[in-house]
Amino acid sequence: MTEQRTPLVEMRNISISFGGIHAVDNASVDLYPGEVVALLGHNGAGKSTLIKILSGAYRRDEGEILINGEPADISNPRDAKKYGIETIYQTLAVADNVDAAANLYLGRELRTPWGTLDDVAMEAKAREVMGRLNPNFQRFKEPVKALSGGQRQSVAIARAILFNARILIMDEPTAALGPQETAQVGELIKQLKREGIGIFLISHDIHDVFDLADRVSVMKNGQVVGHARTEDVTKDEVLGMIIMGKVPAKATPGPGAMQMA
Amino acid sequence: MADTTHTAPFNRARSADESPVKRFFRATEIDTRLLGMVGAMLIIWIGFHFLSGGLFLTSRNLWNLSVQTASIAVMATGMVLVIVTRNIDLSVGSILGFVGMIMGVLQAELLPQLLGFNHPATWIITLFAGLLLGAGIGALHGMIIAFLNVPSFIVTLGGLLVWRGATWFVTSGRTVAPMDTTFRLMGGGTEGSIGAAASWIVGLIACVAIVASIIHSRRQRKRFGFPRRPIWAEYFLSAVGCALVLGAVAIANNYGWPVNIARKYADANGIAWPEGGLFIAHGIAIPVLIAILIGIIMTFISTRLRFGRYVFAIGGNPEAAELAGIKTRWVTVRIFALMGMLCAVAAAISTARLNAATNAQGELDELYTIAAAVIGGTSLAGGMGTIAGAMLGALVMQSLQSGMVLLGIDSPLQRIVVGMVLVTAVWLDTVYRARAK
Repeated sequence: MTEQRTPLVEMRNISISFGGIHAVDNASVDLYPGEVVALLGHNGAGKSTLIKILSGAYRRDEGEILINGEPADISNPRDAKKYGIETIYQTLAVADNVDAAANLYLGRELRTPWGTLDDVAMEAKAREVMGRLNPNFQRFKEPVKALSGGQRQSVAIARAILFNARILIMDEPTAALGPQETAQVGELIKQLKREGIGIFLISHDIHDVFDLADRVSVMKNGQVVGHARTEDVTKDEVLGMIIMGKVPAKATPGPGAMQMA
Repeated sequence: MADTTHTAPFNRARSADESPVKRFFRATEIDTRLLGMVGAMLIIWIGFHFLSGGLFLTSRNLWNLSVQTASIAVMATGMVLVIVTRNIDLSVGSILGFVGMIMGVLQAELLPQLLGFNHPATWIITLFAGLLLGAGIGALHGMIIAFLNVPSFIVTLGGLLVWRGATWFVTSGRTVAPMDTTFRLMGGGTEGSIGAAASWIVGLIACVAIVASIIHSRRQRKRFGFPRRPIWAEYFLSAVGCALVLGAVAIANNYGWPVNIARKYADANGIAWPEGGLFIAHGIAIPVLIAILIGIIMTFISTRLRFGRYVFAIGGNPEAAELAGIKTRWVTVRIFALMGMLCAVAAAISTARLNAATNAQGELDELYTIAAAVIGGTSLAGGMGTIAGAMLGALVMQSLQSGMVLLGIDSPLQRIVVGMVLVTAVWLDTVYRARAK
């Protein structure tokens, strides 16, 4: 079914190396509209690096990226945003010393007809979006530094959805959050999915993402071990992929799969 | 949510258990740090006033103080942006010297040959050439910092030596004088002040602007239904703002021309010399007006324009700024170009004031400029600082210096005091920030 449609994103045979180390080696992943794909692997497996190539933070050495079947030229974060790719980084890339509204619009500020910043309009829109995400949020005038982890996360997510992202990349989205906030992010992901947004979830912890994801892609040592639909595999089988590189029967093996005798 | 306990309280709920003083500051949204600095400055002023036997708080001394502060204040506004982005500029004094020397040669030697002596366009051509040169030098520094990844400390340390050396080369160390008569107005003095009537007009315009901006911001907040300041706070802020402006004008207008110059002027214009002497007010000095204008422009740039927003975002988190799609390298280049341009303005003020361009002009100014910005609350860790604070910092530095001159303190001791004050001020600021967290 979904396989007949054009993928929203297709990353083909991507490789990148830093000083002779192959951080990502011949990796291919894809993502369809309204789908959540979890990208799993140990720390250092190359998943964050692979996804930073998609978001424009790194430039690939080899391979190609297709958006809606068309080759895309992504060489910096601005290019990625032009294709509707928004990223929420593990480090919550927010500017600590400015307020929530300024962070939401960072790099894409609203301006008055005279070319000055339209702070009032930005704050109004920020209040609207944040009200939808996190109704308790009231601290619009304070620098983001003063906010809690969950609140900073909502600012980062609000920034991504504010600009009608079609492709959302979330790098360890719940790592800094408490249980309630994690549940809230889960709800949010389901809501975004219904809107037809494709989401890449990156995590080293399978329990965070297994229930949210439609498919999993597992990476190990810079290579893709394999892909599987979450309904076809168990958590234990996916763990086997992450730890040993052992691909279960119903999954599609990749170049990094453990070679069976 | 888990964090409601320490986030949710609204202002109204919070204000119930607040002391009246705290409520007052919250309502008026006055920056208590800035207020603390004003307080410290007033203590310095009153202290010097008593120690010098009533010489400090006179219209004459305050007027001179404002003129002496102008050049450092102009450069400090740019230094704020430089430091906010976690950079430093050690070359501003040397750029001032070099640009000043070029402007001196241009107006005293080159342009008279081309246009004739005292041509009315001399000053403006000179000034524009200076601004262009300053911006060019700054942009060069910025490009080396941004694109070749050399730390700004090193680039501008090199600049400090290079441009000081270049200053010497232009005339082989010879002092160039005198400056063009119109150009000289930028330096202040009896001629370079706008007189009583014009000063009052400037003061009134400033008052109208203060009231208008308060009304405008209130309307904007009303339009979008944001919380507003209580109405008494708006009246209070308007009243204090206008009183400060008009008070400053009154002081400037209270300082009359020296008797000799006034008598010459009376003779030249056929005015009979009255019994008690002729009182002609200085009014606001032109360099002070320039500095205030620069302060307003820089505040506008740093708070109202996208460029300013980027400067602070880069200072807060360079990585986040880059990932948000900001062209951080070009912002750096533009900051340093702006800094260079402000050095040119400062060079114009100080060469005009001295009526000469010398090869030692602006020496140590980089340190006073950085000190002014830092005393004014600019954090060397980046991301924090205000233009108004830096200008106030420049005024504090100059107050100390000129107060000690009034007391007859030797210049080695002056430096010791200034150095200790700098360290103490930053220490106090660190304590304040740690408590504010």
